[in-house]
Amino acid sequence: MEILAGLLNGFAVALEPANLFWCFVGVLLGTVVGILPGLGPPATIAMLLPLTFNMNPAGAIIMLAGIYYGAKYGGSTTSILMNVPGESASVVTCLDGYQMARKGRAGPALGIAAIASFVAGTVGVLGLMLVAPPIAKFALSFSSPEYFALMSLGLALVVLLAGRSIVKALLAALVGLWIASVGTDLFSSTSRFTFGQMELLSGIDFVVVAIGVFALAEVMVNMEAREETQLLPVPKGLRNLLPTLQDLKDCRFAFVNGSVIGFLVGALPGGGSTIASFLSYGLEKAVSPRREQFGTGVIEGVAAPEGANNSETGGALVPLLTLGIPGSGTTAILLAALVLWGFKPGPLFIPEHPALFWGLVASMYIGNVMLLILNLPLVPLFAQVLRMPVYLLYPLILGVSMVGVYSVSGSLFDLLLLMVFGLLGYLMRKLDYPSAPLILGLALGAGMERALRQSLMMSEGKLSILVSRPISAVMLSLAVLVLLIPMFGKLNAWRLRALEQG
Amino acid sequence: MEDGTRKSGDLWSGLALAALGFYIIIQASQWEYLGPDGPGAGFFPLWYGVVILGLSVLLIVSHLRRAHDRGNPTDWSRLGRALSTWFSLAVAVALFKPLGFVISFALLTYFIVAVMYRRPLATAALVAVATAAGFYLVFDLALSVPLPVGMLGF
Repeated sequence: MEILAGLLNGFAVALEPANLFWCFVGVLLGTVVGILPGLGPPATIAMLLPLTFNMNPAGAIIMLAGIYYGAKYGGSTTSILMNVPGESASVVTCLDGYQMARKGRAGPALGIAAIASFVAGTVGVLGLMLVAPPIAKFALSFSSPEYFALMSLGLALVVLLAGRSIVKALLAALVGLWIASVGTDLFSSTSRFTFGQMELLSGIDFVVVAIGVFALAEVMVNMEAREETQLLPVPKGLRNLLPTLQDLKDCRFAFVNGSVIGFLVGALPGGGSTIASFLSYGLEKAVSPRREQFGTGVIEGVAAPEGANNSETGGALVPLLTLGIPGSGTTAILLAALVLWGFKPGPLFIPEHPALFWGLVASMYIGNVMLLILNLPLVPLFAQVLRMPVYLLYPLILGVSMVGVYSVSGSLFDLLLLMVFGLLGYLMRKLDYPSAPLILGLALGAGMERALRQSLMMSEGKLSILVSRPISAVMLSLAVLVLLIPMFGKLNAWRLRALEQG
Repeated sequence: MEDGTRKSGDLWSGLALAALGFYIIIQASQWEYLGPDGPGAGFFPLWYGVVILGLSVLLIVSHLRRAHDRGNPTDWSRLGRALSTWFSLAVAVALFKPLGFVISFALLTYFIVAVMYRRPLATAALVAVATAAGFYLVFDLALSVPLPVGMLGF
């Protein structure tokens, strides 16, 4: 009953004309970003984040979330038409989607991708709506030691699944913690790692690092070479894009599989939509009576991963909103956004800001409907986005990045920092250091240090407090076990296989 | 595929991170570790500094143990294009103070279109002027988002 009342309240918020408009802007931008290979949701959300500071927070989070899940709809378009995934989450869609397009079934492939995304995306939001409130209630019993343990576990899981080298992923996370320490220590007023620069006393803005590491680095990597790909013709008219009844019947299990796997993997920090899509494809193949045909243009090979990568969004928002723990680079940016607007994601987020939480949930239902409408008849139109010359696109991204950073503080010093972090992000990509742990370390750094210091103040300096409380002991033990996985042959082989697929 | 940049990069990045870890430890040891009110400003940084140093040494050692495996050569032309982009952006940022955002951004766009993508100069000029004017109209005039102002007043 409580959930139903919350949802009704949420629809009242989401259906306000301004919020409907921002939802539409978000899903539209998301679709475009998803279609464009080389421009991902974290870079886009990071770039646009500063421009939302003067917006109503409900409209702003609705728009940013719209970009997040909208990109997953758009990502399938290039996978199916060009064999080029618009997003990493759509890599697996290439396997059967492109083969379907080559056999003249691009329309049904695009259609089933949109329908599966809609079904599983809606199930994911349903999961978020049902699971988040009880988790938040449970987490109300958490104190500083539990929070420190929880953040350590979240960071460990992200490190585990961020890159082939766990050492590099850990180093990236630790550098994120270091960047978070720059500035004045709020406990003792000591200035730390400021290199004598007054501008660093207030710390390094999250937005500067996120835009540098994601957007600038992405442009630099893309500008290394310009690759032309051949676009296949997109069928015109709605009729050609609709799958047949037999197609829908073939995809029955794929809808369920994608929805469940996507949500569960999304709720796990570090999981992410890429792993969700591969797992659900693997499961679909394993149980299918025509598993030997997978890879040759089987429609459920498109429906399962596309469903999973959309359902993952709902799952990923559960730990973010109820515990304040983001599980990926994108959700870390959403966490920073909420903090910058003055909210504190965690167990009290839903009871203290019901309109924001339920408004976001309701907007995701609406956004999924918008995306279905946008993606079915308008796919040919969206595909035209790919004709935008890259020499126009990249200066635009660089311009929006610089304006975004400058708008936060009006400081040229922040633009210099942006250059530094852009170069750092590029070098990290070239040297195979994953950027998600760095962003997560930065997002969680201040909270982790605060929780650790408060725990030790509670115990008068005894570290045993972290292991003497059952919940924190379990979570810290899990964090240690997670980091030890690479030492176990079989488990590490599973980890590497998951990463290779992703 | 592992290329030469990544292979030698493990060594250089390991050394850089070891230096960072060392710097963090030195700095953190100058701040209070544990006081009467609990952990001080140096407590947390000291711990992660030690771990950074340890892990970077591990990275260097593992690189040295497989140093005979040279990998593929670095593609310097790709690297050069990326760094040229970064450098042109850095120059544009440096020019914000004297020239302001609009002119600096137009110059940056002109460079990317004409030099990086070798488009005709007239096309580059048109794109540069149009995008810079577009940014001014959208951000400065329509959205009231401040842009860096130069000596010319815009």
